[in-house]
Amino acid sequence: MTRLVVGPFNRVEGDLEVTLDVADGVVAAARVSAPMFRGFERILVGRPPGDALAIVPRICGICSVSQSMAAVAALRAVAGVVPPPNGALAADLSHAAENIADHLTHFYLFFMPDFCRDEYASEPWFDDVAARFKAIEGSAAGELLPARAQLLHVLGIIAGKWPHSLAFRSGGTTRGLDLGETMRLIAAVAQLRGFLERVLFAAPLEEVAALSDRAALDAFAEAPRTRNGDFALFLRLARDLRLDRLGRGTTGLMSYGAYRGAGEALFRGGLYDPTTGGTGEIAPERIAEDVTSTWLADGPVHPAEADTHPAVHKPEAYGWAKAPRLDGRPVEVGALARQVVDGAPLARALVADGGSNVAARVVARLFEVARVALAMETWARGLEIGRPFCIPDLPSPDGAAAGLVEAARGSLGHWVTIRNGETARYQIIAPTTWNFSPRDARGVPGPLEQALVGTPVGERGARAAAIQHVVRSFDPCMVCTAH
Amino acid sequence: MRPSFDVLWLQAGGCGGCTMAMLDRSAGLFGELRSLGIQLLWHPSFSEQSGDEVRDIFEAVAAGRRPLDALVVEGAVLRGPQGTGLAQRVAGMGRTMLDLVQSLAPRANYCVAAGSCAAYGGVSAGLPDPVEATGLQFEKDTAGGLLGRDFRSRKGLPVVNIAGCAPHPGWIVETLTALAAGVLRADQLDGFGRPRFFADHLAHHGCSRNEFYEYKASAVATGERGCLMEHLGCKATQSVGDCNQRTWNGGGACTHAGYACIACTSPGFEDARGFTTTPKVAGIPVGLPLDMPKAWFIALAALSKSATPRRVRDNATADHVAVPPRRNAPGDGTAG
Repeated sequence: MTRLVVGPFNRVEGDLEVTLDVADGVVAAARVSAPMFRGFERILVGRPPGDALAIVPRICGICSVSQSMAAVAALRAVAGVVPPPNGALAADLSHAAENIADHLTHFYLFFMPDFCRDEYASEPWFDDVAARFKAIEGSAAGELLPARAQLLHVLGIIAGKWPHSLAFRSGGTTRGLDLGETMRLIAAVAQLRGFLERVLFAAPLEEVAALSDRAALDAFAEAPRTRNGDFALFLRLARDLRLDRLGRGTTGLMSYGAYRGAGEALFRGGLYDPTTGGTGEIAPERIAEDVTSTWLADGPVHPAEADTHPAVHKPEAYGWAKAPRLDGRPVEVGALARQVVDGAPLARALVADGGSNVAARVVARLFEVARVALAMETWARGLEIGRPFCIPDLPSPDGAAAGLVEAARGSLGHWVTIRNGETARYQIIAPTTWNFSPRDARGVPGPLEQALVGTPVGERGARAAAIQHVVRSFDPCMVCTAH
Repeated sequence: MRPSFDVLWLQAGGCGGCTMAMLDRSAGLFGELRSLGIQLLWHPSFSEQSGDEVRDIFEAVAAGRRPLDALVVEGAVLRGPQGTGLAQRVAGMGRTMLDLVQSLAPRANYCVAAGSCAAYGGVSAGLPDPVEATGLQFEKDTAGGLLGRDFRSRKGLPVVNIAGCAPHPGWIVETLTALAAGVLRADQLDGFGRPRFFADHLAHHGCSRNEFYEYKASAVATGERGCLMEHLGCKATQSVGDCNQRTWNGGGACTHAGYACIACTSPGFEDARGFTTTPKVAGIPVGLPLDMPKAWFIALAALSKSATPRRVRDNATADHVAVPPRRNAPGDGTAG
């Protein structure tokens, strides 16, 4: 048995260290560590409740709108505020723009460059893939970045800037958009479609959103019309490298449900068990956070009662992330979980063979991009000029509530307690806290720790690309993980 | 070919948002840096190198074997808990970020703090400052920080503080360009180390609510079009930045979008209470423009309030233009 420490683990958001026990060239056990901690759950306490809306976006530079949306949902639940329809739609448009930007940034800048490593230099596809996706130098980034900047104009129009906006409030969004601004939104969404249909998919969004099984994906990967898109290129790589056998996850899949601004959620929430095909509802009171492996002091385990106090000298601990559990078990979250839970036939087909995997996570993310981009067109056209976007802020009443939303990377929850007009408690469970959870008191590893077991590293050890693929397939956000 | 300007980027105790903001450049960041001769020796979000390949780069720079033009640090340096620096261990290296930054800073020709966390502590240092966060050369508004008041990088500059949470992508790229060109001198930084090309402006300059400010026609509730200073917490008249002149993400800005400037380029901005409410004494906002006698401001405000046109007054408390500017009638020979 050899112990390998992998780090700095880059092209993830924030700091990540992975420790691997390797036997006969295969990972036998993994420990995942979030090595950076800032203490937002302490910084938020004692402030006026509304100040959370200025503080929480700054937990994360890549999913700041998601953090805002979770805080808004929690404060809204405490106060019983309902935003006007325009404000709810504008917030969903903003959130969708961030989420799509994140999915694209992950695919083009974080995930694909690993196929350009020297390890693959003898592969027949290598020269083409390296020319397209080589870190910083590849041609794809040159096309992605201007398109991404255009997409983020949605945030410029609705929210002033990205990242870190104060436009998202319990009562809606802060700017009443006029006709011209609404048309600019529609134009930005149209330009997104143009990029996706020309560069990523080489196919209409409707065709991608209608993909429903693996045979359809295989055909998409090879058809002369679609094979020049980056999606098809990935599908062929995934097949060639058997990425569906890599990074297998067998935990349950969870989604809180996403995009409720138009009324019913665009993606419904719940649970899915990939080993049985069973579905279920989430009981939020059954969420707990274990700190056995965390450099934090013991205390109550439910986020509505928990606290966060550093304890750096715990012998068994190996990171700053808590270990969230639902009904005592780890669950995987993210675009794949969201699409599976929603019942998308393609996503269900991708996990039908026993659970999540590297290929399924990446395919689901891009599939979701197509579905959300289509929804954005509808939402942008649903804004009613001259109608309000926001109702006035009022001081928050005392109370406690949870805000459960879906960030790009999965389920994000904020639990807030307000007493005497101040935030008395604030707890956050981020998507990657679920996915990259450490071991709990019973020794049960988190989803990534489980998914890494069985990964072949051969003689390359810590440098093996397979490790990089498995870890990055989750699109980790480490700054959120320990916050 | 001219030699490249090599940048090593570290993410300390922050959110990564400065990197994400930099990526918002409309022409495409990577091509732009390439055309400017700026090379990312290593960047945690973009580079291929991982693990031991990165450790080799750090060691070569720390030992002086690899020259470094600019060390850019994003995020506050975390000294806690209890002075251990253990709030941020550098993955795979068995050492703290506190230690790594200290070993690399003396080797760089220039040291750059990207964002208010690296500059002053920022939100990571928000009270009660759980992990003893500091900026590179300031701790909140006090000179010193991690590297000390007298620190100068190899080319003789103090830490260059690209303040902002997050900074405008242009502030970052233009600062790096100026350093690469060798034209950023100490007198082009203000007293808090901020490049004056953006810090000699106020966020207020170019604000789309300017007419409301002139007449002190104020928004009272969230979402209204009036000036945000009197009631809704806006600090743009006291905060540096050309935010409303260059605009963000294709034309946006905080005040344009309907919420207060929270002074994110200022040391200590994170410790405000009530970001969207203006603190007042006897009904008068506490934070008035810094370079104007208070009595004059109040007198002028009273005068301009009394002269406010109905259009401006009514629009100030509406969420859309309720009263348009008056026009001459078509065909009367006075187009306008």
